[in-house]
Amino acid sequence: MSGHQPPHKELPEASSTPATKGITRRGFLKGAGITAAGTALLDGVHGLQQEAHGATTRDVKEYGPEAFPVTLNINGTEHALHVEPRTTLAEALRNGLGMTGTKISCDRGVCSSCTVWLDKMPVNSCMTLAVDAIGHRITTIEGLSTDSEVHPVQAAFVRHDAMQCGFCTPGMVMSCAALIERNPHPTEADVRVAISGNLCRCGTYPKVFAATLDAAGQHASKA
Amino acid sequence: MATHTSHSIPDALLSAAADTTDASMRTATMPIGIPGFTLREEQRTMPASEPPVWPINKDLSYVGKPQERWDGAAKAAGRARYTADVQLPGMLYARFVNSTVPHAKVLSIDTSAAESYPGVKSVHVIEKLLGGAVLRDPALEQSRYPLVRYVGQPIAAVAATTPQAAEDALAKIKVTYETLPFVVDMNLAREQNAPLVFPGAADQAGTAGGGGSASGIPQTGNVHGPAVHKQGDAEQGFKEADVIVDAHYTTQVQTHSALETHGVVADWKPDLLTVYASTQGTASVREELAAYFQLPMSKVRVITEFMGGGFGAKFGAGNPGVVAATLSRKAGAPVRLMLDRQEEHLSVGNRPSSDQRLRIGAKKDGTITAIQLISFGTAGCGTGAGCAGPASNLYKWATLHVEENDVFINAGPAAAFRAPGHPQGAFALEQSIDELAARLNMDSLDLRDRIDENPVRRVQRQIIRDSAIWKSRNPRANADAGPIKRGIGLSQSIWYRHLTMDSAAEVRVHKDGSVEVLSAVQDIGSGIKTVLAQILAEQFGVPPAQVEVKIGDTNYPVGPNSGGSVTTASLTPAVRDAAWQAAQKFLASVAPALGARASDLTLTDGMVRSASGKFQPISFRSAAAKMDTNQVSAQSKRIPDYDPKKYDTYGGVDVAEVAVDTETGRIHVKHVLAVHDCGRPMNPTGVISQINGGVIQGISYTLFEHRLIDPNYGIMVNSNLDKYKIAGSYEVPKIEVQLTESYIGQSSTDASGIGEAAGIISAGAAIANAFYNATGVRIRQLPMTPAVVLAALNQPQPQMEAL
Repeated sequence: MSGHQPPHKELPEASSTPATKGITRRGFLKGAGITAAGTALLDGVHGLQQEAHGATTRDVKEYGPEAFPVTLNINGTEHALHVEPRTTLAEALRNGLGMTGTKISCDRGVCSSCTVWLDKMPVNSCMTLAVDAIGHRITTIEGLSTDSEVHPVQAAFVRHDAMQCGFCTPGMVMSCAALIERNPHPTEADVRVAISGNLCRCGTYPKVFAATLDAAGQHASKA
Repeated sequence: MATHTSHSIPDALLSAAADTTDASMRTATMPIGIPGFTLREEQRTMPASEPPVWPINKDLSYVGKPQERWDGAAKAAGRARYTADVQLPGMLYARFVNSTVPHAKVLSIDTSAAESYPGVKSVHVIEKLLGGAVLRDPALEQSRYPLVRYVGQPIAAVAATTPQAAEDALAKIKVTYETLPFVVDMNLAREQNAPLVFPGAADQAGTAGGGGSASGIPQTGNVHGPAVHKQGDAEQGFKEADVIVDAHYTTQVQTHSALETHGVVADWKPDLLTVYASTQGTASVREELAAYFQLPMSKVRVITEFMGGGFGAKFGAGNPGVVAATLSRKAGAPVRLMLDRQEEHLSVGNRPSSDQRLRIGAKKDGTITAIQLISFGTAGCGTGAGCAGPASNLYKWATLHVEENDVFINAGPAAAFRAPGHPQGAFALEQSIDELAARLNMDSLDLRDRIDENPVRRVQRQIIRDSAIWKSRNPRANADAGPIKRGIGLSQSIWYRHLTMDSAAEVRVHKDGSVEVLSAVQDIGSGIKTVLAQILAEQFGVPPAQVEVKIGDTNYPVGPNSGGSVTTASLTPAVRDAAWQAAQKFLASVAPALGARASDLTLTDGMVRSASGKFQPISFRSAAAKMDTNQVSAQSKRIPDYDPKKYDTYGGVDVAEVAVDTETGRIHVKHVLAVHDCGRPMNPTGVISQINGGVIQGISYTLFEHRLIDPNYGIMVNSNLDKYKIAGSYEVPKIEVQLTESYIGQSSTDASGIGEAAGIISAGAAIANAFYNATGVRIRQLPMTPAVVLAALNQPQPQMEAL
């Protein structure tokens, strides 16, 4: 973000390229925080900095459209940063915090390269506003392993060569790791469901299936 | 590499023909053929400086053994830094303004409001557009700004302190168009009074990945062609035929859809332009930037640490590269310019469509008397839709008549796409060959044995015959009674031994026993880093994971551009040669301390030995400590193939099993057996990954992918991945890969490539032939969507006349 503050409350104009850049579902989502009142309404969230808090009777305050300070809990650590209401969680992670393991590819919730966990639930961070992640425990690919232990899914991906160019790999790993967290004994069909939103253009799926089943076996035997 | 022409031996091979009478040559015995089938020995003459001949894989320690990806842990942990991840201090974010109309003259561009928008640091209006065909006579088009020929064509760009500010500023740029009539349908574009995409003849050069077309061929209206290739009198050949199979096939436009979009981070400094690029060719990016900005090559550095997929579309700097560099120069700050998903679909390449009339004439015994292919295809406002490679090169024919035509439409230019022209061509050829077999009452494998001279595919067909999946095939079509019908079919593929002679590497040995290899080559996901580590491991006895691999940077010796399956075949011999030479220097360096002559020393299996028994073998690392210098290094460049007149093609045979739901029209590919050849498989693990990927990409092309352009507005209606369907986890069949380890005695590694041949060429015809086996109905149109399937099933089928 580099602390940039747009100086005036002007709504983004409809794009000059309506045919290709007009209102899209995602554009609407991103703009929704600032369309009606030019602000985001944040109700009782925990992550906003103290000085921005408690200004109204219902504990509701307007923010934006300028960037404003928030705190996000990522991989067990509180991170302070500035976001605009329209900033997605993926953008906040990548551009704001330099956590580039999370990828943006379709930017529309189709390819799942941007998969992170919110309270252990895999979500597309390109379809999640950063402000909506406030108060949740965010886990990214960078936080999956600990210093002392590589997550079994990551280790199995390496053993099985479950990657080629690797651009989809962080998202795949997050989806597969979430699967074995909630289902320690998945079948191949379960893996297919778990990564049904994860696109891999290199076509590495067969080894992703094998790696995840192997990781589940390793995970279960440790438990 | 030059434009791929399907009929001729690559120039590089011919020009590389070596003088084998030189006194500095020696002769050695090399393994040739396929272990377990045709393995034998032959003599080859090679420069005396070449390393000893490697035995076949089973007798090597690291090469040819399944090996974990060298950078796998970094990728799995999210530590791998792609171009899209590069963040430099003070970096700006750039975005393109793209055309909203398919054909227009740009009258004016007003950037003033964007320039004063908060956060905006530089704005650039494009006056020289890269990509697409170029008019032979530029005087035909007088315009300050490039003519708009497709929706999504970049027009200007903005760099700002945040992506949001850049996006907001785009909306402030006012472009005034004088719109022109347009055409986006290839069949309409062929009509006499169709709107003209170019006012005169235009040509497009190929890239390092192929594509493009021969220049100087005729153009009539929007039809650029025909490029004619004739051998013998095909009409006479048809007269001599007992059977003629005459069929019409169509295939769609496919977009590359790599998950990392095209893009760069450019950092223009007075003394050096540094560009991080998502590219298949660091060399190609440097060349284009140096030429565009008239900079010395030495003042341009291109870096590709990790690269998120390319499939043929990522060569050269392109518009993103030159525009980002220009914005960086203007702003005095580094600039990141990554395309968004829609731009990726529209402006940076696609696989051309095809409309093919294919006639094959044959004698009763299968001998082909004539092949005639008349093809049309659209590469948008570019060229490169030729698809005659398979028809020209896969089988033995008496006469050949090929005419290839490009049809211009108002759509983004095509680019090389994994095996350019070949999936289209094989879809037609391999169905017609199956049809020919049926007409001749021959088994389709037996017919191919008769007309295919390639010795490797002969073995591969035997493997297919002996396979459980093929044995389970009912040769009678439409044998299943229920609504879901099972079928099995096959297709062959072919690719060519292209080489890039500008493939070099340096190998260093340090006094602490560490070894490293340096080359500008980039790893596009196919795993060349791992292969280079294996080569050094084989030479020095150090495990591959402990070898340092430094690639993807033009500061290192020049590497090949990764297109046309050239990387492994071109670079690995240079790396092995450099490793061998470094090892000899290393022995010379440790000889004094060991009290031996260098010529008495050998380095094998990680041990330094004295041939005369002067001392007990010691480990490489212990010996390294005795080096008389801190580092020895050797650089080597690709030398020509040992027998460059021997032009080898390679390929494979793929079998697909499908279940066709004749009520819904849905085809489910259940099982694929892929039997493939890549010369010596350097890392079977990586080769299998690539073949899995080729098969899946081929299924995706065959069943799902389809660029759709609205004929009323000229806009692609499915320009993201939600509507442009590519295969996902549910569509992946069981895939069995069998490698035919094959030796041809051409280099110190004797490796070839696999990227092109790996499944995508043959998937379409294998599935179509399986569909025929299931239903007794031919589908000659891609993609085979449920609507296409149901239409085919409901159409009365012409009765085939058997001999």
